[in-house]
Amino acid sequence: MSQSPHDHDHDHDHDHDDHDHHHRDDDHGHGSHLSDMQLRVRALETVLAEKGYLDPAVLDQIVEHFETKVGPHVGARVIARAWTDPAFKAALLADATAAINAAGDFGKVGDHLIAVENTEAEHHMVVCTLCSCYPWDVLGLPPVWYKSAPYRSRAVMDPRGVLGDFGVTLPATKRIRVWDSTAETRFLVLPQRPPGTDGWTEAQLAALVTRDSMIGTGLAQSPSGAQA
Amino acid sequence: MNGIHDLGGMQGFGPVVTEPNEPPFHEPWEGRVLGMVRAVLYTRAWKIDLFRYHQEVLPARTYLDVSYYHRWLLSISRTAVEKGLVTDSEIQAGHAQGPGVPVERTLTADVLAATGVIRAPFGRPAPREARFQPGDRVRTRNFHPIGHTRLPRYARDKVGTIERVHGCHAYPDAVVATGEEDPQWLYTVVFEAAALWGDNADPTLRVSIDAFEPYLEPA
Repeated sequence: MSQSPHDHDHDHDHDHDDHDHHHRDDDHGHGSHLSDMQLRVRALETVLAEKGYLDPAVLDQIVEHFETKVGPHVGARVIARAWTDPAFKAALLADATAAINAAGDFGKVGDHLIAVENTEAEHHMVVCTLCSCYPWDVLGLPPVWYKSAPYRSRAVMDPRGVLGDFGVTLPATKRIRVWDSTAETRFLVLPQRPPGTDGWTEAQLAALVTRDSMIGTGLAQSPSGAQA
Repeated sequence: MNGIHDLGGMQGFGPVVTEPNEPPFHEPWEGRVLGMVRAVLYTRAWKIDLFRYHQEVLPARTYLDVSYYHRWLLSISRTAVEKGLVTDSEIQAGHAQGPGVPVERTLTADVLAATGVIRAPFGRPAPREARFQPGDRVRTRNFHPIGHTRLPRYARDKVGTIERVHGCHAYPDAVVATGEEDPQWLYTVVFEAAALWGDNADPTLRVSIDAFEPYLEPA
């Protein structure tokens, strides 16, 4: 397997925290050159490649895509355009997949994507109680907390409590709508545009749009709290 | 199945803990696992629902203890063995011990460049008229299948309202049970929180699921 062109897992010196919600699998990996998980994954990849089912170079490209191409910055630009372009916003809310693909400069969306708009009256939040469904094409990979038992268990029953974990308090009378992504539909929250941003450009506005605000566990940043 | 994966409405898992500036992958092997899953799904050796189901049937303790991409590794390993693509012995050895079986297609750099890293759509031509329309009141089924389903426990035997109709989609329950897509109409069904959580529910809350037509009966 040493001929592998993607021999880049000599990463014993990378940042490694002890966050409880991920890679506890690697607790035994510190002392050895390659961790147990790295060896196991490499073994499977080698077998699959040797048998002709995959090309490791293609895996490199997929990894690069998720590390560098897609992420919340894509969704943030979509939101900023919706805030500044009423026709785009209407198209986005009618059919988010079609609107984003038609715009042409947000990358491709393959998912059946649905955009839901936060208003003064109603706040939207997205969860996948059964697993981890998430709008990868516009937000990239989901954070660990989105895939965790605390979020998945509680978001549908106690969203205000979950919002409290994020430091967000909504008015007691505001309606809350939680979307459980139980099928292949994917959801993108269109957060409320912060006040005090009249005349801002799309790029300026995009900087206010956080990942969490597009999941519904946060709000867009206010101008005073952001680099405008 | 009524597995540990069906977490909606469970209590006692504690607060949501976030990680500032979280990277896409915490370890290089996580990205390799994701890439493998994508590449092997492209071969059509199996469908994504079987990959999901093989996470759901992990022992509950394992499901909760291992990390997300570790679950993926366990699932893809099991599925690849069950479908005859590889053997346990090969995984143990870390090398092929025989030729591969034919697959429908393989993901190449050219294909990836042409299509982008996106998933193929799950919408399918409708084999029949939709049974429900927006505004219809429906009751979800009370069932407890051993196989795969997308009707979470907390939303079974509950009355809600059809809000959106998404067209026909591949039906995951059938995909896992038979390998066939058996396309079904898909609806957003919205519930008042009290219908799900009882008298002490948040009166401002509504929760929706996306439900396949076989899950629903007129209410």
